[in-house]
Amino acid sequence: MRVALFITCVNDTLFPGTGKAVVSLLRRLGCDVDFPAAQTCCGQMHVNTGYRAEGVRLARHFTEVFAGYDAVVAPSGSCAAMVREQYPKLARPGSKGAAAIAEVAPKVYELSEFLIDVLKVEDVGAYFPHRVTYHPTCHSLRGLHLGDRPTRLLQHVRGLELVPLPGAEECCGFGGTFAVKNPAVSAAMGADKTRSILDTGAEVLCAADNSCLMHIGGTLSRQKTGVRTMHLAEILASTEEVQ
Amino acid sequence: MSATFIGMPGSFPKNAEKAVQNSQLRFNLRKATHTIRGKRASVVGELPDWQELRAAGKAIKDHTLRNLDRYLIQMEEAVTRAGGTVHWARDAAEANRIVAGLVKATGETEVVKVKSMATQEINLNDALAAEGITAYETDLAELIVQLGDDFPSHILVPAIHRNRSEIREIFLDKMPKVPENLTDDPPALAEAARLHLRERFLKSKVAISGANFMVAETGTLVVLESEGNGRMCLTLPRTLISVVGIEKLLPSWRDLEVFLQLLPRSSTGERMNPYTSMWTGAVEGQDFHLVLLDNGRTDVLADEVGRQALRCIRCSACLNVCPVYERAGGHAYGSVYPGPIGAILTPQLRGMGSDLDASLPYASSLCGACYEVCPVAIDIPEVLVDLRAKAPHAAAERAGMKVAGWIFNDHKRLAKAQRAATKLRKLVPKRLPGPLSAWTDTRDIPEIPDESFRDWWERTRRSERSE
Repeated sequence: MRVALFITCVNDTLFPGTGKAVVSLLRRLGCDVDFPAAQTCCGQMHVNTGYRAEGVRLARHFTEVFAGYDAVVAPSGSCAAMVREQYPKLARPGSKGAAAIAEVAPKVYELSEFLIDVLKVEDVGAYFPHRVTYHPTCHSLRGLHLGDRPTRLLQHVRGLELVPLPGAEECCGFGGTFAVKNPAVSAAMGADKTRSILDTGAEVLCAADNSCLMHIGGTLSRQKTGVRTMHLAEILASTEEVQ
Repeated sequence: MSATFIGMPGSFPKNAEKAVQNSQLRFNLRKATHTIRGKRASVVGELPDWQELRAAGKAIKDHTLRNLDRYLIQMEEAVTRAGGTVHWARDAAEANRIVAGLVKATGETEVVKVKSMATQEINLNDALAAEGITAYETDLAELIVQLGDDFPSHILVPAIHRNRSEIREIFLDKMPKVPENLTDDPPALAEAARLHLRERFLKSKVAISGANFMVAETGTLVVLESEGNGRMCLTLPRTLISVVGIEKLLPSWRDLEVFLQLLPRSSTGERMNPYTSMWTGAVEGQDFHLVLLDNGRTDVLADEVGRQALRCIRCSACLNVCPVYERAGGHAYGSVYPGPIGAILTPQLRGMGSDLDASLPYASSLCGACYEVCPVAIDIPEVLVDLRAKAPHAAAERAGMKVAGWIFNDHKRLAKAQRAATKLRKLVPKRLPGPLSAWTDTRDIPEIPDESFRDWWERTRRSERSE
């Protein structure tokens, strides 16, 4: 199987550790991972902020870069949802672009989907002896319908104590450029989310999207709470050797 | 109401910033929306065929909107046949003129009103006041808003932002003949309002309503309510004037079955609302007028993506799950339609000419909770994104997005930008300047790493190959 990693622009630039974790995890599970160097960004920021033409250009670039792979794995529910759910709405029906999207989009998987639906594993052999709570993130939850896939993976991690997050399905307030365009509401949502996280007593907040974690983590850090944020991939890549 | 929402200054972010600082407001909103949210979820969960009902509601509305011209004429014919009179109003001014003319013809100077979003949308009460006619709201929450000289803050619960001690103050201040020893006990407040309203019902000769649905086949209008005040208005007065948006139509009587399930469960979280009133044309001794209101709706209908907003049945389920509405409150939206539906409906009905209306499509984190609960499956995030593409953008933002697009268009440029960021990372201050200060006011920024992922990949691949 030719598996391509779509790292996403945020992970590539700010959270390379997540990408390294995905590579080591997938290799451990026997995958041959390729990283097409020409990849850049899925175009979500542009499309969702109202810059459709730029977004469409980036979508075209994405379909060109990832054509021909059996599977494309993205460690981001939000970017995977962009490609699968929003791309088909960007192209004129019947156009060449629409055909390219129809070809590539269904092969794009968020990491937990790829592990459970394609590789059919729930126990990835990870070890992470900490108290963890999981925030499902809106686009993973309602865009991709990931359901309990991520928590099923976490439940199989040895040593990990998974504690439920109150109001888990509520948005953290990141919302891409929303965080900057409506800072007061975004901060209020972030503060409420942070309070719920602290209520769980968890040491680590886990999610499948670094952009949401960047917002929540930035809030947790400003408040000096001591709670860490970690991408799902990093916990799943953890083994006793790494500890 | 003494003022109008139309032309309200400010923008959503500015209005919301003020609201967020009001801790009492945030507490009231959170408590109320979470209570209704919970009730809705439990009664919706009772129906195994909810998704099928939702699909049926969507299909019926879409079919009606596609054939709206035909069904509107059928409605007009049926109402006329049943002894009513139909008026067509292109915009708010025309609708107000028609209603004021009809009231004046009766010789009355007072009217009672059934809670109606359409008459608020056109600001009818102020238009009537300008003609010397006093309009009295009879829905308890609308009465609180009216007496408090305030704006509604929620579609279903217009006084959601008020708690009971505030309501007691308003009653003591503005309600004639209110007992001096009035407490803030809900039954006591309800009793005071009941006595106040009863007098109005018995005195009034003219009533004004909207409608939740109109049935084209029979010419029937339908109002769903909880308190029975609407039914009093609909039956006691001699003249009844109903102002209804043209999108409220359903083709047949049978179609009601779907919506009488969808609406109460989605709005009040009840299996069935306490009062459902239906009337067809004029009953004996009563005059009935139907004012069919366009006010921008045919423009919305012409928009391929945005037209789905016309499926809305004003249940307010989207408001009750919206994290943005929960913090910002209804007033921040500067329209009678707040929350997610307001964020897509208002800029479509009014255009995006003002700062406020141009900011509404951005009043969402695109979390998708609204779409999930919408009983007629309006894809609100999709319409928001589509409206953002049409909204005016500030020059600085346009420039920034252009640069970002240019960098993302070529991976070599992206790699260069990443390396530049790594080199300069020591210079990044803890508090960022300009619009980015919005981030660092409450959040730390992540550290820029030593090396981007793509550089790490290149480097390690090279060493793997050379091994």
